[in-house]
Amino acid sequence: MNSPNFVSTRNACKLCMPLGAVMVFKGVKGAVPFLHGSQGCATYIRRYVISHFREPLDVAASNFSEESAVFGGRKNLSQGIQNVSLQYLPELIGVASTCLSETMGENLPALLREASTQEGIPPLVGVSTPAYAGTHIEGFHAAIAALVKAFAQKRKRKEKRVGLFPGFVSPADMRYLRELVESFGLEAVVLPDYSETLDGGSWERYENISPGGTTLDEIRSLGSAMATLELGSSLIHSTQTAGAYLSEKFAVHRMSLGWPVGLAETDTLVETLTRISGQPLAKVHRLERGRLVDAYVDSHKVVNGKKAAVFGDADLVAGMAGFLAEIGIQPVLCATGAKGTGLSDTVRSRTADLPGADELKVLEGTDYATLGSELERIKPDLLVGPSKGYFLERSSKIPLLRVGFPIHDRFGAARILHTGYRGTQELLDRIVNLFLEHQQEGSPVGYSYQ
Amino acid sequence: MAEILKDRINQVRRIGEKQEIPQCGRRSTAGSVSQRACVFCGSRVVLYPVADALHLVHGPVGCAAYTWDIRGALSSGPELHRMSFSTDLQEMDVIYGGAGKLEASLLELIRTYQPKAAFVYSTCIAGLIGDDIQAVCRKVSKETGLTVLPVHSEGFKGTKKDGYKAACEALFKLVGTLPPDITHPRRVNLLGEFNIGGETWILKEYFKKMDVQVTATLTGDGRVEDIRRSHCAQLNLVQCSGSMLPLAKMYEKEYGIPYKRVSYFGLEDTAEALYETARFFGGEDLMERTRNLVREETGKVLPALKSYREKLKGRKAAVYVGGGFKAFSLVRALRLLGMGTVLVGTQTGSPEDYEKLRELCDPGTVVVDDTNPVELSAFLSSEKVDLLVGGVKERPIAYKLGIGFCDHNHERKIALAGFEGMLNFAREVYSTVSSPVWRWTARGRRFAP
Repeated sequence: MNSPNFVSTRNACKLCMPLGAVMVFKGVKGAVPFLHGSQGCATYIRRYVISHFREPLDVAASNFSEESAVFGGRKNLSQGIQNVSLQYLPELIGVASTCLSETMGENLPALLREASTQEGIPPLVGVSTPAYAGTHIEGFHAAIAALVKAFAQKRKRKEKRVGLFPGFVSPADMRYLRELVESFGLEAVVLPDYSETLDGGSWERYENISPGGTTLDEIRSLGSAMATLELGSSLIHSTQTAGAYLSEKFAVHRMSLGWPVGLAETDTLVETLTRISGQPLAKVHRLERGRLVDAYVDSHKVVNGKKAAVFGDADLVAGMAGFLAEIGIQPVLCATGAKGTGLSDTVRSRTADLPGADELKVLEGTDYATLGSELERIKPDLLVGPSKGYFLERSSKIPLLRVGFPIHDRFGAARILHTGYRGTQELLDRIVNLFLEHQQEGSPVGYSYQ
Repeated sequence: MAEILKDRINQVRRIGEKQEIPQCGRRSTAGSVSQRACVFCGSRVVLYPVADALHLVHGPVGCAAYTWDIRGALSSGPELHRMSFSTDLQEMDVIYGGAGKLEASLLELIRTYQPKAAFVYSTCIAGLIGDDIQAVCRKVSKETGLTVLPVHSEGFKGTKKDGYKAACEALFKLVGTLPPDITHPRRVNLLGEFNIGGETWILKEYFKKMDVQVTATLTGDGRVEDIRRSHCAQLNLVQCSGSMLPLAKMYEKEYGIPYKRVSYFGLEDTAEALYETARFFGGEDLMERTRNLVREETGKVLPALKSYREKLKGRKAAVYVGGGFKAFSLVRALRLLGMGTVLVGTQTGSPEDYEKLRELCDPGTVVVDDTNPVELSAFLSSEKVDLLVGGVKERPIAYKLGIGFCDHNHERKIALAGFEGMLNFAREVYSTVSSPVWRWTARGRRFAP
């Protein structure tokens, strides 16, 4: 089968919009994510996300019945919000719509306005996330934009405050990026911030809402930030993002960058931070950069000339492809399940210098079964993507570097660092060792020195 | 005491304090973070292990994506069930209808994967936009000669139980469509057995030793052809009765095949299931073979179980599972390990199930129906539980509280059925309860000597 053109989706390389919104609301302090629709959506998303993070994730739902599907979900939504308010005493309820409520034509903003007049209800924020209109990544960014639109306020401009929208990164990435930004003497408002809510400690007693997250006041303060850093190559041309809104409404300077994976993209982020803070890169990070360049050199013979297939969310694929190109690994296949991400232009520009650059194939709107048939044709040396690529690894015997989301078959997914000099160093070490291990295992001698 | 929502107060009971059982069979309270899923989920889990069938989810991508390779149901041959197929409806399909896309998807997938039958699952959206799935299935069936069965599993049209029923209805359309094979004198079907971690194979081995033929397993390691012939069985053994009882009743009504409710979890229940089968067919030879089998198999595991019992004696357990029958077995199995159950609950238990739990459990045991994390975590703390038996969604609740956990859901990879399954279970329980890591948690410090 060569590049089969299927109508159906076989082993999807994308998830649904509400999952992205749930992730964002889980990254707001005191918030409870809530889905307006059938309870199955909430349960499935919980199951999927919990298997990756191994942390509690409560997602409430209006728990539609057949009756609500016929007569509307108004009663269920209002009762559901009351019940969540009673049980969780939340500071915010983030309500995402579902395929069901959207197709029924529910007017979520109006329903939420009505529900918020009840007593004892925290602030409510709604976001439209029908699965048929995009992927989990669109849902993620739509939820951030909804939060910012609902809460950001005009206040006196604060010169040191920077809004950081990191994208669907890992908790480890969130911690690292905050550290990096703050090392320039800046004050970072990271949105969302599930670095603790989805990678927290052992608790003294049970917490119905996991500690951590961006506070509502921090979100309010974004209207007075000096700049926003919006990470993700797929967002650069979008006018619908939180950064675009803040720029238009509050004249907050919007800076769109790719994910800082690899030297070039991290350098760009560092230069940006230097420019807005007026401070140079701190020593600890400068040393990390030095070690990374040194490691590029030390490992170059193991990796140079190898070929890789990279798949998953577009921003991660773009970041990984750029990094791989820096060390001489040629991305021959870059693929994502989403559409309209601009992935082709981004990865082509980042890999153009490589000798075999014209071999690169970029697939948008693809699925894992299609990827499988592509791999049979191109036979790369390395797979890079989420653990759902394990089927491909198993059938092709090509090693898989697990990155991004989801990682359901390994431990420590929340602590995988992908970004910055430090994250790139970890990725490099893992890649080099994958090759060394593969080489050693396949060798009749089995050298114990490398 | 936990913050129990007013609407749910009657779904929580303590045995002995009131002579009644929790209210059950209700739809989940809005806003309560139910551990239940939807109608679609019910159908999907029952049909999932049919390994040589095509399973196509007609709807937006989520429903199929979240159920891709989700269960530990093994196959000894084809593995088509481990693929996730979706019509992946887009905005335009929702506006103009998705029937055309469904037909094209079915045709290409049947052509590519050559399944033995196809199940088409309806989802919330497919139901709402009114696609005539039945008509598409009929058309494709005619065109390809393959049995294409619609499954009426629109997510909002009831609870998970309604999904079980929809799956049973689809399965029953296959039954009786191939000539029966009645060469063996003793023939049973295993209903509600899903071959998690190879459990069907363990059970088949027992029946082989008893010289009883397993005609079809529904649906563990399932094959379409076996299901087509399954009407030639003389007895249906129904495990996980919540999901498969409707199907057993269909066999009874249409083919006069009687059924027995059984469980293969724990030594007592497994032995009873085998004896029940032997009694049904009668004959001293069969009974003798069964007695020998039970003696031999229990003999293999008893010494190890005894040593676990010594170490686990007096520990307290909580059980939160899907259906009632599983809960009974777990309470009994934990008792065999010397552990008392102080909290028990189910997602979809019936009044009869809760009545039975009331008889089975000790006074003071908390019984919950369709509970949520807020209640569950509060009771785990107040009842000073050492072990929670449940599913992946409950696991972090236990761990955050510094409590051991054992996965008894269908996502697990370990066989817990049969005599050897009981040993696996004991090992699981022991490995979590006895771990030294708890002493570093707040709960461990509180209970430190």
